Amino acid sequence: MSAREAFRVAMQALLANRLRSALTTLGVLIGVMSVVLLVAIGQGARSEITGAIEGLGSNLLFVLPGDGDFGGGPRRSSFVLDDVERIDRELLGGGTRVAGYTIGSEALQADGERLTATVLAVTASYPAVLSRELARGQGLTESDVVTSRRVAVLGATTAETLFPGQDPIGRTMAIGGVRYRVIGVLARVGGGGSPFGPDQDRNVLVPITAGQRLFGTDRLDAIFVRAAATQTVDEDRAVVRRALEQRLDTEEFSVISQDEIIGVVGDILQILTLVLAAIAGISLLVGGVGVSNIMLVSVSERTREIGLRKALGARTRDITGQFLLEAIVLTGLGGAIGLVLGIAGAELVAAFAPVPAEVTGWSIALALGVSVAVGLVFGVLPARRAGQLDPVAALRRD
Amino acid sequence: MSVDDGPDGTPVLLEAIDVVRTYRLGRDVEVPALRGVSFRVDHGDYVAIVGSSGSGKSTLLNLLGVLDRPTSGQVRYDGRDVRELPDAELARLRNQRIGFVFQSFHLLPRLTALDNVILPLVYRPGSKRERRQRAEAALASVGLADRMAHRPGELSGGQQQRVAIARALVTEPALVLADEPTGNLDTTTGEDIMSLLESIQAEQDTALVVITHEPDIAHRAARTIELRDGVMADGSSP
Ligand SMILES: Nc1ncnc2c1ncn2[C@@H]1O[C@H](COP(=O)(O)OP(=O)(O)O)[C@@H](O)[C@H]1O
Ligand SMILES: [Mg+2]
Repeated sequence: MSAREAFRVAMQALLANRLRSALTTLGVLIGVMSVVLLVAIGQGARSEITGAIEGLGSNLLFVLPGDGDFGGGPRRSSFVLDDVERIDRELLGGGTRVAGYTIGSEALQADGERLTATVLAVTASYPAVLSRELARGQGLTESDVVTSRRVAVLGATTAETLFPGQDPIGRTMAIGGVRYRVIGVLARVGGGGSPFGPDQDRNVLVPITAGQRLFGTDRLDAIFVRAAATQTVDEDRAVVRRALEQRLDTEEFSVISQDEIIGVVGDILQILTLVLAAIAGISLLVGGVGVSNIMLVSVSERTREIGLRKALGARTRDITGQFLLEAIVLTGLGGAIGLVLGIAGAELVAAFAPVPAEVTGWSIALALGVSVAVGLVFGVLPARRAGQLDPVAALRRD
Repeated sequence: MSVDDGPDGTPVLLEAIDVVRTYRLGRDVEVPALRGVSFRVDHGDYVAIVGSSGSGKSTLLNLLGVLDRPTSGQVRYDGRDVRELPDAELARLRNQRIGFVFQSFHLLPRLTALDNVILPLVYRPGSKRERRQRAEAALASVGLADRMAHRPGELSGGQQQRVAIARALVTEPALVLADEPTGNLDTTTGEDIMSLLESIQAEQDTALVVITHEPDIAHRAARTIELRDGVMADGSSP
């Protein structure tokens, strides 16, 4: 039997049981749709987060506690404020290039408004090194740090929430129950607010010394070093390392470039995406079982037809191929429609939800390939059963 | 002259040599349906197979139609032993050489008369147009030129059997096997169907083997084989 003829027969058989075919297709359709949609969301998160890190500039070095093996979980930091100065002294060239912070979450209060926000206790150099710009008022100064002055610079969203419709400059507020004076507001970064990254506009900056007292620590969580240029990243990394080795063991810190961070974070999010794909794949599997089931029913219903076709000269191959094709048409159709709906769903999510979504070529190829493969795998058993029917017994069935 | 050769030296169309077919039911229950049957069918032959219900007629016809293989003995087609041919070759043999007519017609209810007749042509090479033309000619030759687009449910029993006969002869087989072709029809319609089969046998030099209950029909055949409990009764002409 020619391929075209086989396709015609398959379509005839499927159209003869429209509702059943549609419901069977639906199972595969939902599976493929969820694979495409969830992978799109995972990929969207990945490119958004790596994009945010890239936005910091390719010449930024991150000095983090621990030996760089992120699998080991968070480490207790050994960094102190002196380390920032030590690195600054060793680095050649001028300018503000080293910053440090310690981070915590505190309750904020001003007038009647309350809010819990991320408080960054930073060196005065922090906005310059991490490219945060001031919108209004003044930034933190070296003298604020030295004297542990209780002053705060608010992120744009924090300012709007605590002082709605008012000018926050000069107002007082409480951070963790301690009174602070607002001296400035940061420019809006935007793009934040996704469930996958901290919203930089919700931060509050305070002098590192005041913040350390607030958190009850003398440590820094991280140090940032802006290399003179992208080409000098490796040189500067060596300098930073040497400076810290004067005081710390090599296992106590690691100096990581932006590329490496993107690599690690990208890997983690890639795994997240694959996990999402696997979960969606389970629904595809369930759809496949449905196909198998309905094809077995179809074979049983059409036993006499199979017997007749064999009597008229159909080979085992012809019959097996015919049923296999039927299964593949079912799943392929479900795959194609599921793909279209998955892409449409991803566009909707990207447009109307704070979740990024990005349909990638590989998820499309995967979805279509897998749906055809599901047809093959789950169609084989019923198709072989059909092909191997004994024509005499099949013809006698009524 | 070998055992396979007919009087004029061409191979015999079909030969059954000491054919035994035993059905196994479960582990140790055996049903001997045929217990050693030998006869031959020549080109253009007309053979009636008679016998009471359960005597082994259908079993024999399935073996002649190579839908089944004998437990022992030989069924030889064109001099070739069926037991030595692979399944795909038997399928080809059925498609090229044999036409079946069943008691219950076995038409596919979803297909039109025309598509039912086209069915065996689908399993051989050829263009769609050519298949269509052949099927139309076959339907016309059984007097159903005006019923091609009808589905089996829209046809009478006699008309359905005519469609089935058109399907059997559209491949121009050397042998038509009919298992009680008039069993589901009234007497007059049955006569018409038998006349149709006989005219095909006579005009196209097609061998015809018919299983029947009815003595009237059996008498019209050139030869009669009577089965009794899986063996040929005396008076059968092998
Ligand atoms: N598939 C089968 N399995 C077991 N026994 C069978 C089978 N087919 C036929 N038989 C038995 O073989 C004998 C001959 O059957 P069959 O050839 O159908 O007879 P007929 O067509 O002459 O009525 C019967 O006893 C029947 O019960
Ligand atoms: Mg019978």
